[in-house]
Amino acid sequence: MLMKKIVGIEFSLLSPKLIRKMSSLEVKTPDTYDKDGYPMESGLMDPHLGVINPGLRCKTCGQRMKKCPGHFGSLELIRPVIHSEFGKRIEILMRGTCKECGKISLPDDKIEKHRKLLKDDTPESVTKKIVSKANLVKKCPHCKAVKNKVLLDKPTNFYYNKERIYPTEIREWIEKISDSDLELFGYDAELVRPEWFIMKVLSVPPITIRPSITLESGIKSEDDLTHKLVDIIRINMRLKDNIDAGAPQLIIEDLWDLLQYHVTTYFDNNTAGVPPAKHRSGRALRTIVQRLKGKKGRFRHNLTGKRVNFAARSTVTPDPFIKISEVGVPKKIANELTVPERITDWNKKEIQKLVKETEEVVYTIRPDETKKRVDDTNREEIAEELDTGFRIERKLRDGDVVLFNRQPSLHRLSMMAHSARIMDGKTLRINPIVCKPYNADFDGDEMNLHVPQTEEGKGEAKELMYVRNQVISPRYGAPVIVLDEDGVSGAFVLTMNATEFTREEAMQYFFEMGIKELPKPDRGKNYSGKIVFSQMLPKDLNLEYKTNLCKIIQKTARCKECTKEKCKYDAYLKIKNGKLLCGVVDKSSLGEVSGQIIDTLARNYPSEVIEEFYNKINRVVADLLTKRGMTAGVDEYEVSDNIFKAKEKAVGEMHTKGKALTDKFEKGTLEHLPGKNLKESFEAKMMRLAAETKKKIENQIMKEKLESILKEEPRLNTMIMIASGSRGNSINLMNISGFWGQANVREGRPRRGFTNRLITLNEKNDVGVEAGGFIRSNFIDGMNAKEYFYHSMGGRQGEVDTGVSTKVSGYLYRRLANSLKDLVVNNDETIRTASSELVQYSYGEDGVFPKNTVRGKNINIEKEAKDFKE
Amino acid sequence: MPVKSVETAYDHFLVPKQVMISKEQAAELLKKYNLTLNQLPKISSKDAAIAELKPVKDEIVKIIRNSPTAGKTVYYRRVV
Repeated sequence: MLMKKIVGIEFSLLSPKLIRKMSSLEVKTPDTYDKDGYPMESGLMDPHLGVINPGLRCKTCGQRMKKCPGHFGSLELIRPVIHSEFGKRIEILMRGTCKECGKISLPDDKIEKHRKLLKDDTPESVTKKIVSKANLVKKCPHCKAVKNKVLLDKPTNFYYNKERIYPTEIREWIEKISDSDLELFGYDAELVRPEWFIMKVLSVPPITIRPSITLESGIKSEDDLTHKLVDIIRINMRLKDNIDAGAPQLIIEDLWDLLQYHVTTYFDNNTAGVPPAKHRSGRALRTIVQRLKGKKGRFRHNLTGKRVNFAARSTVTPDPFIKISEVGVPKKIANELTVPERITDWNKKEIQKLVKETEEVVYTIRPDETKKRVDDTNREEIAEELDTGFRIERKLRDGDVVLFNRQPSLHRLSMMAHSARIMDGKTLRINPIVCKPYNADFDGDEMNLHVPQTEEGKGEAKELMYVRNQVISPRYGAPVIVLDEDGVSGAFVLTMNATEFTREEAMQYFFEMGIKELPKPDRGKNYSGKIVFSQMLPKDLNLEYKTNLCKIIQKTARCKECTKEKCKYDAYLKIKNGKLLCGVVDKSSLGEVSGQIIDTLARNYPSEVIEEFYNKINRVVADLLTKRGMTAGVDEYEVSDNIFKAKEKAVGEMHTKGKALTDKFEKGTLEHLPGKNLKESFEAKMMRLAAETKKKIENQIMKEKLESILKEEPRLNTMIMIASGSRGNSINLMNISGFWGQANVREGRPRRGFTNRLITLNEKNDVGVEAGGFIRSNFIDGMNAKEYFYHSMGGRQGEVDTGVSTKVSGYLYRRLANSLKDLVVNNDETIRTASSELVQYSYGEDGVFPKNTVRGKNINIEKEAKDFKE
Repeated sequence: MPVKSVETAYDHFLVPKQVMISKEQAAELLKKYNLTLNQLPKISSKDAAIAELKPVKDEIVKIIRNSPTAGKTVYYRRVV
């Protein structure tokens, strides 16, 4: 490929000379079409400007509609007008120079001094310096003419010595500025002369840019730009007539201003200080700037974002009975999407049958690219004609590879390949397990589906993007597609020692799993939950580790020594030869990042294994939880008298301690914390005091509630959720059953409110525990008015934070992703940009692909060592 | 990290070691990665980290960094 290097980009203006040179027609008439519907000669729709009717030929280039690119015309303005985008620049030039001689209003030596600055300063800052000095000068140092103040009434009206100065005069002034002086204002006179900012001739865009539309009723409707150009030409002509007729100066100036207004709005109909030009219906016109700018502008809407074929979009709904790598596609969608297939010697018969007997095939394409639609009248005939080298386009069917995507696509996993599965209904169906990588839920989320059209596309999608190959995150080398919430709670319930099934119940689960060889019952005639769970595991799986439950227990009561398999809490998990010997299955086995069973299945087995595992556990757990229920009642949050007393005591103690701190603070005898002043130290100590008190009670409540799990029949579902790590934590429990503690606003006690107090229920200047936002109530008992207010102060911050941080981090991420998106890992392992500039000598300094690591480490030393021993 | 007395910026543990490489080595490097000089990452000749090495334009600096993932890594920059 021939590649040229871009050395730089130069921005400049079209010179009046160039505008006239590239003009294929001078537009003179404001009318578009005559009464017979033919374009007016030298009007805005003159065929010299390009063709938009099929069949007609362009009068400039002689080509037909699709070939003719359109041609610019020109419009001679009777009086010059200022280009509204350059008002500011004209003002700078006028302020810096003399009206009479056009020289910079500074002595020669000073000009030379500034010229030297150009070498290592930006032109902008040099200009700024010159203008600020020249502006103060009263008399031109070169020609001794008086220098008056220049004022710009945005966007286009200029005043010189408080009197209106018209574009003709300004143009004469600016023409006088020498090329070498312009350098100091940052212009290259070779490219741009600033007098071009004041236009004598206007470039008229080709018709192709502003096509007229013929409505069904036969009425022609013109583009907004054409409307605007008509206005300009009309006023231009009126101005000319008036000048020729020798009208009074006042009328001419009014018309001149009107011309200026139309030209200004022709470029930007949203110019500050100018009322937008309206359509007859009252709608503001969409002129040049509006066409390009913003989300709906040419760049973001049409160039960066384009619409594609072979795609579908619909609401997503969950379906736990399809595989994780599948996506349910409604029949209605599947009938519209097509997949091309090439006819070979091997599939010829099959496809002929498909054409003859079904409605699956929509089009056939001959080797000479002629396309034929298949319908009931020509079915037989077309089937006979088919031969090797033909192609067909058939409807989407089960097993076709499709890409599935949810915006915002922040992730590799935001777009994955699925197998289509055609279903009834109108929504796209996904297995709830793949919600996580897509960050989808079912409150009305819509997702997009794309059908790859080539063998390469299909192959690439299936190899690189297929869902079941994405279980391990390419970012940190740990599972991301995992069970959550119900899945983990359910697995926990299933594998608890207390869970036992009758033969009938167990058979139901085995059936759901599709087990053919039945295990022996291990509890007399009954089956334990652990046995049922073991049936989902491959027969050669060996694992051993401490569970999440263990971690939670360690927080309240530390075990002296780990008894491993004999753990009385059943918090030590061991799987031997695919059999769960002890331990309950929780977040540490199935959860995100930490899930050991999932990690092992995804890493050490073919990807079908992990998919199978998910299909089985999904069904069993859903069934189990439906029968057993996973719900929490208010009674789950009641606490014993002991805890209630402990709580009262702790809060009482805290108040006395808080009082002591407050006294010390008020006397000024409080010890300072390092790096903090008296007030800060006091605040920090009060926060710490509240936190300590809360932690103490939190642990007691956890300890009491955890015991319920170890009972014969665990009843507290809240605790099952917390212990399994599926949802909630001890702080949530504490807030419901214990007390809320200190209200938090910006990492401290709330301080804003009324003068010297938070609410008027408090005394002024009271900095004590109660007045500082401490909440001693919990959600069960409810808060009093004061506490509710404190709580809302903290709640408000949380609400604001989520809003702000999603916005900020989203934009930050977008900028980062955009800057990195064109970097490529090359065959020599270097990272380079699109133009082969080198960024890294080896990917990530170490050349490691994180997906192939164990949580970022190259190997799992512990595991390797253990495997080696065995 | 124990606090050591730092005499110049080069002694600081966060400042990676920088060495100018010879013409032959430079040629070898460019050949190894199939690069032209201006495809290399750049470093200003006024950059404080290499000012002491008296760099000349278009010479190549070898930077030896400590990396949390790869131990020691080498990076090359062209002086501009």
